[in-house]
Amino acid sequence: MAETHILTNNQSGMQPVQIHASEKKINTLESSFNRVHGRRKRIQQVLFMLFRTAAIINGMGLFMVVFFIAWNGWEAVTWEFLTQAPTDSMTKGGILPCIVGTLCLGIGAIFVALPIGIASAVYLNEYARPGKVLRVIRLGINNLAGVPSVVFGLFGLAFFVTWMGMGESILAGVLTLGALTLPVIIGSTEEALKAVPNTYREASLALGATKWQTIHQVVLPAALPGILTGAILGLSRAAGETAPIMFTAAVFFTPTLPTSPFSKIMALPYHIYVLATAGTNIEATRPLQYGTSLVLIALVLGMNLVAIVWRARLRKKIK
Amino acid sequence: MAGQASKKDQIKKEIMTEKIKIRARHLNFFYGHAQALYDISLDIKSSQVTALIGPSGCGKSTFLRCLNRMNDLIPISRVAGEITLDDVNINDPSVDVVMLRRRVGMVFQKPNPFPKTIFENVAYGLKVNGVSDRVFIESRVEESLKKAALWDEIKDRLHESALGLSGGQQQRLCIARALAVEPEIVLMDEPASALDPIATQKIEDLIGELKENYTIIIVTHSMQQAARVSDRTAFFYMGKLIEMDETETLFTRPRLKQTEDYITGRFG
Repeated sequence: MAETHILTNNQSGMQPVQIHASEKKINTLESSFNRVHGRRKRIQQVLFMLFRTAAIINGMGLFMVVFFIAWNGWEAVTWEFLTQAPTDSMTKGGILPCIVGTLCLGIGAIFVALPIGIASAVYLNEYARPGKVLRVIRLGINNLAGVPSVVFGLFGLAFFVTWMGMGESILAGVLTLGALTLPVIIGSTEEALKAVPNTYREASLALGATKWQTIHQVVLPAALPGILTGAILGLSRAAGETAPIMFTAAVFFTPTLPTSPFSKIMALPYHIYVLATAGTNIEATRPLQYGTSLVLIALVLGMNLVAIVWRARLRKKIK
Repeated sequence: MAGQASKKDQIKKEIMTEKIKIRARHLNFFYGHAQALYDISLDIKSSQVTALIGPSGCGKSTFLRCLNRMNDLIPISRVAGEITLDDVNINDPSVDVVMLRRRVGMVFQKPNPFPKTIFENVAYGLKVNGVSDRVFIESRVEESLKKAALWDEIKDRLHESALGLSGGQQQRLCIARALAVEPEIVLMDEPASALDPIATQKIEDLIGELKENYTIIIVTHSMQQAARVSDRTAFFYMGKLIEMDETETLFTRPRLKQTEDYITGRFG
């Protein structure tokens, strides 16, 4: 009985209906397979299309911004533009002080944020025991990431510039940008540490290595490419920020290059802002605005490129 | 026949008089509130291979990881009872876990070489334990790789990445890495379960050679493997030690019905 017949419940009634199994069962399955197959294939196609469109819009966005800036700005970017200070109320001349200033700020911010960020992430991910303290610290870091950059600027002004007496200076700007990029670096470093297989840690500890030896010699080297990704993101963000530096480091105009950490400087993002809003002759500086934007984008992409190549070489070394 | 029997008896006698290396007494182990081991008491003798068998989740790996305190890494874990190594309680606060782990080496289920060169993998344990003499390290690396029966296959690519080796070679590298720091005991957690039959056989042959100088404890899912490589076997079930005896006796004349059911595959 059980082999030749199948009992099926129709949903409305409780009466079991006996059907001859060998034919009916196969027919039901096949027709339902066919019906469902067509539909789920269509669903898949529609969804993939949506995803593809989303990805293309993203790619186009970056491409269009870069293309637009490059199209309008490339004529302004000459050798003189890159090697001279602004002249004639900034309607002529170059942007060398801004380039130097942005490099100082970006690299300085990474030097401040990277050690502190990596140390924090190592503590949070490798040492700290889960509990209330850890949750509070994490909450703090996540909220720090959400603080608007202008608030960082005001904090830098109040804390570094005024209270600590640094004045408007590279140092104050670097520290403010460092604080701003810290959450980015902590976040990506933690992700990189989490991606290191636990089997590496176990293998090292089982050989009689201490926890610190394990972290220093196995975990961190394996996480380095991921940490670098965080550094790239942090650097890009620091180099492009305007609000945090306008209160702490950047000035409207200075013809000289910085000589000490306490120098005031010009910086590319702030220079763009100044040219576009506060210049004496905004229309006349239009080409310079595009040119400056192009240099800023090129600088950030260039720094990213160096880091990406470095990361690729590290990955290759690991494999 | 008679000669063979007396020889066997003699071997048996030797085994009986072997020194007890590890002694577990009333060991209970907890993950949070869940108890994983119940009142385990057993002895592990020096220069023997002891196999731990039992179905998945029976606690054999947990027990193994108690022996080098690898379970310390799990924050919510708790040990009660006593494990002694050469009559010293390894969970005593005065015992340095780092020193313990140097004496009790471990080979894991999945081969886990570091993403470094073959040489650096084997040298790692020496370096973290403070050895800096280059010549000594080089000779010890060679010696360890020879002991792990890997030297001839890789002696020309010592400075290539260990991740380029086959699975079986990686596992033998992990054994060499463990041997380099001269442990007294080697714990093996299903060392061949991720390997093909040929690589498995190489690992098993190796275990047979290593037991001369090391005390080996191996967790295995394969009863054939336990029968082939071990001198004594312990059968775990549901966190309890059901039966422990000499391997031959356990597999041919188990005392308990439960053990017999498991080893004959009639386990329900």
